[in-house]
Amino acid sequence: MITAEKPLQRKQSDPQPASSIIETRHLIISYGPTVAVDNVSLLFRKNSITALIGPSGCGKSTFLRSINRMNDIIPSARYEGDIIYEDVNLLDKNIDVTALRKEIGMVFQKPNPFAKSIYNNIAHALKFYNIKKKKKLDELVEDSLRKAALWDEVKDRLHDSAYSLSGGQQQRLCIARTLAMKPNVILLDEPSSALDPIANAKIEELIIQLKKHYTIIIVTHNMQQASRISDETAFFLNGHVIEHGETNQLFMNPVQKETEAYISGKFG
Amino acid sequence: MGNREQFQSELNQIKEEIIKLSTASEEALMQSIDALYNLDVVLAEQVLEHDKEIDRRERVINDKTILLIAKQQPVATDLRRLVIALQITNDIERMADNAKNIAKSTLHLGEDHHLSIHQGIKEMRDMAIDMNHTAMHAFQYEDISIAGKLSEMDDKVDKLYEGIIHDLLSETATNPEKIQYVMQMAFSARYIERFADHITNIGESILYLVKGESFKLN
Repeated sequence: MITAEKPLQRKQSDPQPASSIIETRHLIISYGPTVAVDNVSLLFRKNSITALIGPSGCGKSTFLRSINRMNDIIPSARYEGDIIYEDVNLLDKNIDVTALRKEIGMVFQKPNPFAKSIYNNIAHALKFYNIKKKKKLDELVEDSLRKAALWDEVKDRLHDSAYSLSGGQQQRLCIARTLAMKPNVILLDEPSSALDPIANAKIEELIIQLKKHYTIIIVTHNMQQASRISDETAFFLNGHVIEHGETNQLFMNPVQKETEAYISGKFG
Repeated sequence: MGNREQFQSELNQIKEEIIKLSTASEEALMQSIDALYNLDVVLAEQVLEHDKEIDRRERVINDKTILLIAKQQPVATDLRRLVIALQITNDIERMADNAKNIAKSTLHLGEDHHLSIHQGIKEMRDMAIDMNHTAMHAFQYEDISIAGKLSEMDDKVDKLYEGIIHDLLSETATNPEKIQYVMQMAFSARYIERFADHITNIGESILYLVKGESFKLN
């Protein structure tokens, strides 16, 4: 059984630069004969937000999902290269994927709360990790909801169904659920594309706040969102990273003409 | 028409209006210098009147540019295109203000003086107009090699200005009663020199557009 105390088993790989938390080295991901991610080497800094942008089918979501091995469920998926997380190669076949997903959490495009109360959406996962005392659960549920900037809106109706929440609140609940696992890294796959502008703004504010304690990698189709919230941006095209750098630089004066064309809406 | 085509079409329209506005400022300079040489207070008054129209057109271009930024939220070169559109429009409006100030000098001098106007002023005007053509050519084609020529052209205007001021100072020493005339001549020369400086700013804006970083041309 996986317990909360069981950490990701670490087997030393080549050391990473001090400021980085995740590094991909010559990463290739294929689905059968199709190469979705082609020789991508990227470095993600601790406590920073990196946006992955690019047209549909460019490989950015496949890349994101590979970081917590979500592609493992696709039988034809194959990896080459390395994904180094705190000096551990995540592609090592002995990696405990469940422990990995505790440390590297993921939030999806559509809010996917469990068909349970708001409280139990968070408590359920904690119980799974052997935290069963009510006082401790109460503390952790409140702490997670506060960190996800949802506590004030739901504190008086914790036992209502999660489905009674608005789309934006449901998404913040999903973020709270991820935070309850005390991850180091949060992967976000277009987390606010299904939300209205107000809910979107709250998610963006939350992501910026979360940066203090977590490293965030976000896939987004919204160029303004990428430019507003991220510190660094990587532009994917046909499975390759065309350009990666500081967001301010990339959006004001990109080096590659393909980047300029994409962010200016000339294709994609 | 898709978003991108709509953006390009509105951007082209703004660009055309900027080039037309620069022609209006250039005409204002031509007329103000003509008024000065011919002691034509009626023409000088017209320059003052036309300046209000230039101010109005500046506001229209600014409003259109800001609206386009708000609607299309451009980035990178497209954003710089609109940012420099605001800067260049402002420079052109300031160029026209300098022409207006020359017209005011004509009004200060009045119709009844019998003094010859320094020939260097005409020469400065021709240089400034040449610079304006160069700047607008560079703006139209986003050509930094043409924009770069403005630096050298501006140096020539500055040299001519210094020469005129030197001549005028000598004149004050020998003919102190001409002080009013000398002052207005010096002001007019200074206004053309400032006119040319604004054109140099336009060149800098074009360099910023293409290179994405700031450069000084003067």
